[in-house]
Amino acid sequence: MTNNTTQAPTVVDVEGAGKSRIQSLRQRVQQLLAFGGLLIIFLVFSLVKPDIFPTYGNVTAILFSAVVVGLLSLGATLVIITGGIDLSVGTGMALCAVMSATFIVTWHIPVIIGVPMAIVFGGVLGAVNGSNVAFLKLPPFIATLAMMLVAQGLALVVSNKAPIYFDDASGYQKISTGTLIDDNFLAGVPLPRNFPNAVIVFAIAAVIATILLTRTLLGRYDLAIGSNEEATALSGVNVKKWLVIIYAAAGLFTGLAGVMISARLGSAQPATGAGYELQAIAAVVIGGTSLSGGKGSILGTVIGALIIAVLNNGLQIISVPQEWQNVILGIVILLAVYADQLRTRRGGVH
Amino acid sequence: MPEPAIDQAAGTHDPNLLLQAEGVTKTFPGVKALSGMRLDLRKGEVLALVGENGAGKSTLMKLLTGIYPMEEGQFWLGGMPLNAKHPKEAQERGLAIIHQEFNLMPDLTVAQNIYIGREPLSGSFFLKPKDLDAKAQELLDRLGLPLDPRATVGTLTVAKQQMVEIAKALSYNARVLIMDEPTAALNDAEVDTLHDLIRRFITPETGVIYISHRMPELKRIADRVTVIRDGQYIDTMDMASATIDQVISRMVGRAIDTSARPENVRADRPVLLSVQNLSTKELIKDVSFELHEGEILGFAGLMGAGRTEVARAVVGADPRASGTITLRGKVINPHHAADAAKAGIGYLSEDRKRYGLMLGHSVSSNIAISSIADKFSRLGFVDDRAISKVSDAQRTALRIKTPTVAQLAKNLSGGNQQKVVIARWLVKNCDVLIFDEPTRGIDVGAKDEIYHLLNRLAAEGKSIIMISSELPEVLRLSHRVVVMAEGRVTGVLSADDASQESIMALATHPDADLPTTHPADHDHEDAR
Repeated sequence: MTNNTTQAPTVVDVEGAGKSRIQSLRQRVQQLLAFGGLLIIFLVFSLVKPDIFPTYGNVTAILFSAVVVGLLSLGATLVIITGGIDLSVGTGMALCAVMSATFIVTWHIPVIIGVPMAIVFGGVLGAVNGSNVAFLKLPPFIATLAMMLVAQGLALVVSNKAPIYFDDASGYQKISTGTLIDDNFLAGVPLPRNFPNAVIVFAIAAVIATILLTRTLLGRYDLAIGSNEEATALSGVNVKKWLVIIYAAAGLFTGLAGVMISARLGSAQPATGAGYELQAIAAVVIGGTSLSGGKGSILGTVIGALIIAVLNNGLQIISVPQEWQNVILGIVILLAVYADQLRTRRGGVH
Repeated sequence: MPEPAIDQAAGTHDPNLLLQAEGVTKTFPGVKALSGMRLDLRKGEVLALVGENGAGKSTLMKLLTGIYPMEEGQFWLGGMPLNAKHPKEAQERGLAIIHQEFNLMPDLTVAQNIYIGREPLSGSFFLKPKDLDAKAQELLDRLGLPLDPRATVGTLTVAKQQMVEIAKALSYNARVLIMDEPTAALNDAEVDTLHDLIRRFITPETGVIYISHRMPELKRIADRVTVIRDGQYIDTMDMASATIDQVISRMVGRAIDTSARPENVRADRPVLLSVQNLSTKELIKDVSFELHEGEILGFAGLMGAGRTEVARAVVGADPRASGTITLRGKVINPHHAADAAKAGIGYLSEDRKRYGLMLGHSVSSNIAISSIADKFSRLGFVDDRAISKVSDAQRTALRIKTPTVAQLAKNLSGGNQQKVVIARWLVKNCDVLIFDEPTRGIDVGAKDEIYHLLNRLAAEGKSIIMISSELPEVLRLSHRVVVMAEGRVTGVLSADDASQESIMALATHPDADLPTTHPADHDHEDAR
C-alpha cells in the first residue's frame, strides 16, 4: 500500500484508441463475412449456370424478389436491436396491403394519398405493438404473436375474405413494377437501367433505415435499450416512449412492404403474409444482428436479405425442389449465427 | 445555482448545509426499511455513510435520487426542498449518483454513454457524432480521466467503466456526488486515482457522500462518517478522531476483533491439490502451487494479476494451454466447471450477478443447483421438499436475510446474494473450495461471519483457495499466501512472513526475481 503511486501509470494507461480501433474493425469483419458469403454463393451459382444466373435480367429478378422480405427485415432490425422481436410483420403486411386496397379501390382515395395512409397504418400497428411491450410490459414475443393473429383476422374481415384487385388505370402497380429509370431517365448518364421501381424503393428505405439507426436519437436509444434497458432508463431516457417509437418505425416498413407486395401482385391478398416474419428475422440474424439486442446494422440486414434471395433464385435455377431450399436456408442461418458467435466469443466481448 | 431563498416556515432544516435529510421513512411490504432517517452533508466535505447490509443505505440513496417515491420526510438541497420524482430530476438539481452496479450500455462508446439522453443534435432528431466525441473529450480532459471517448465501454476494465460513470455524473455539473461502494472492484492504485478525482471535485460548494465498507479507506478520504443501522440514524463522527473499531462497533452494535490471525496453521499436512506449470493463451504463464488439506491458501495480487484466471483455468471454466492438475495424487483434466465440481472442486465467482446467480430464480433453486443431480433427485425426479429443507437450513446457518427461500435471488441485497452462492457450495460438500473475492460488497458484520465460516470449513478438513483483493482479509485468513502479478506467481509467503508490505512488494514488482520477457504486451487486464 505504500508504493502504489508508482504503480498507477501502468495500470491506468494501458488501453486507448488502439482498442476501439480493433473494435470497429471487428464490426467491419462481421459485415465483410456476410458480404463474402453473399459473393461466394453468387459465384458458385454463376459457375454452375453461367448462361442463366449471372445475367442482368436474373440479377434484377433477384433484387426484385428481395424487396418485400428486405423491407420487413429493415423494421425487424430496429426491433431486434432493442432485444425484442416482431412476429406480426408478415400478416401485418397483408393487413396493410388490404388497407391500401381499401383506401384506393374501395374508397377511391388517390394513390398519392392512399399509399402514405397505408404506410402510416403499418406505423400504427407497430405503435400498438410497442405500447403493449412498453406499457403493458408484455414480452415482445407474446405482444407481436397476438398482433400477428389480430392482423391476419382483420385482413380477412376488412377484405371480406376475398382478394381486392387494383384497377390498372390507377397506376398503382407501377410503384413496384414500373421502371422510373428507363432509357429516357437522365439520358447520357451511365446508370443501370430498366429495373423495377421496387428496387429503388428498397434502396431508399435501406438508406433511411441506416440513417435512423446510425445518425438519429431513435437509433442511439435503440442500441442503448438493447444493451442495457435499465441503465438507459436510469440515464433519463424515456425508454417506454422510445420503444413505442421504434416499434412504430418498424411498422412503417411493414406498411411499405404491404404497399410493395400488393403493387407487385396487382391485388391485396388477405390470406397471405404468414411466414414472411420468419424470413425477415432470418435476414436480420444472417446479417449479424444479435437477437439479444444492443448491436446490429442495416447493411448486414440488407446483405442477409440478399443472401436469402440469391439462394432462393439460384436453387430454383439449378432445379432444387422447394423443400430442399428450405433445408439449405435453415443451414445457412445456423452457419451464419454460429460464425458470428465464434467471432464474438473469441473477441472476448460478452 | 442561485442563492437559496430561506424558507423559515419549513421546520428545523439548516440552509447552510449542502444536503439534508429529515425524518425519512420508507416501508416495503413487511419491512420498515427506513424510519426517521436523517443525514447532514456540509459544504466542501466528504461524508462517509456506513451501515451493515440492509441497514438502509441504498434505500436512502434511491429515495434521494427519485428512484423510489418519497413516503415521509424531507430532503433539502442547499436549503431548498428536494423531492425528485425521477432520476433525471435529481440529476438536473445537481445530484449525481454512482451506483455500485454500473448503469452503462456496454455496446455503446464512452462518449455515447456519458451523454445518453443529452446527445448533441442538429434539429431535434439527428445526431452530431463529432460534436459528441469532442464534447466528451473536453469533459474527460477537464476531469483528467485517461479515457478514449470512442472506446466501447464493454471492453474497458471495471476501473475505467467507473471513470465513465463518474464522468457521466459530473457532466451534469453536480454539486453532490454520491458513490455507492466505489472501490469494491478497484485495486489500491485505482483507489488512489479515484480519491484524487474526489479531492479535485470537492470545492466549498460541493460535497460527496461516500458509501463504503472499507474502513481504512474512509480514514483516508472522509471528513465525517454517519453510521446507520437497521434503517435508523445512529451517529455521526469526525473521521479524524474516530477509530475504525469505534465506527465498526457503532455499525454492528458490538465490537469486532480486527486483529484476528489465521487459525490452525500447520505445515505437516498432505498435499490435496497440485497445479503445475499452468498456462493459458491469454494471461497465465507457468503458474504452479500446492494446496494442502485443511489449508486456506490466499491468492493476493493487483487487479488483472490473473488470480481469477488461474481459478477459472483450474476448474476448466476457461481453456488451459498447458499444465497439470493433480487431485489426491490423481491427474484430473476438467473441461468445464461441472467436471471440477464432480471431482470435488467448487468455484465461487467474484461476479455473482454474472456468473454466480440465476437472479430470476428462487434462493432455494440457487442453493440447490449444483447438487440437484447427486443430492436432490431420485430417478430423475427432483425432490423439492428436500431442497427447501436444506436451503432453509442454510438460510438459518448463514443468516441469509430473506423471509423465505422461495424469494427470488434478485430481491436479495448484494451480501445476501453472496451468501446464497456460498451456501450452494456448502451444500455441494466439495473438498476444495475456491472462493473468489468471498466478501466483495459485504458489510463488516457479515464478513466476520464468513471469516469464521472459512476457518470452520478449513478446520473440518476442507481445502480453501481464497482469492482476495483486501489485504487485511488475506492476512487474517491465509495459512499461506500466493502472490501473483501479470499472470505469474511472484512469490509464496508463509503466514508469518506475510504482511501488507511483503505482499505488495511481490504484487507490484513482479520482475524483482523473475526475468520478465516482454513487459509491454499487457493490455489484457480485462481478459476475464
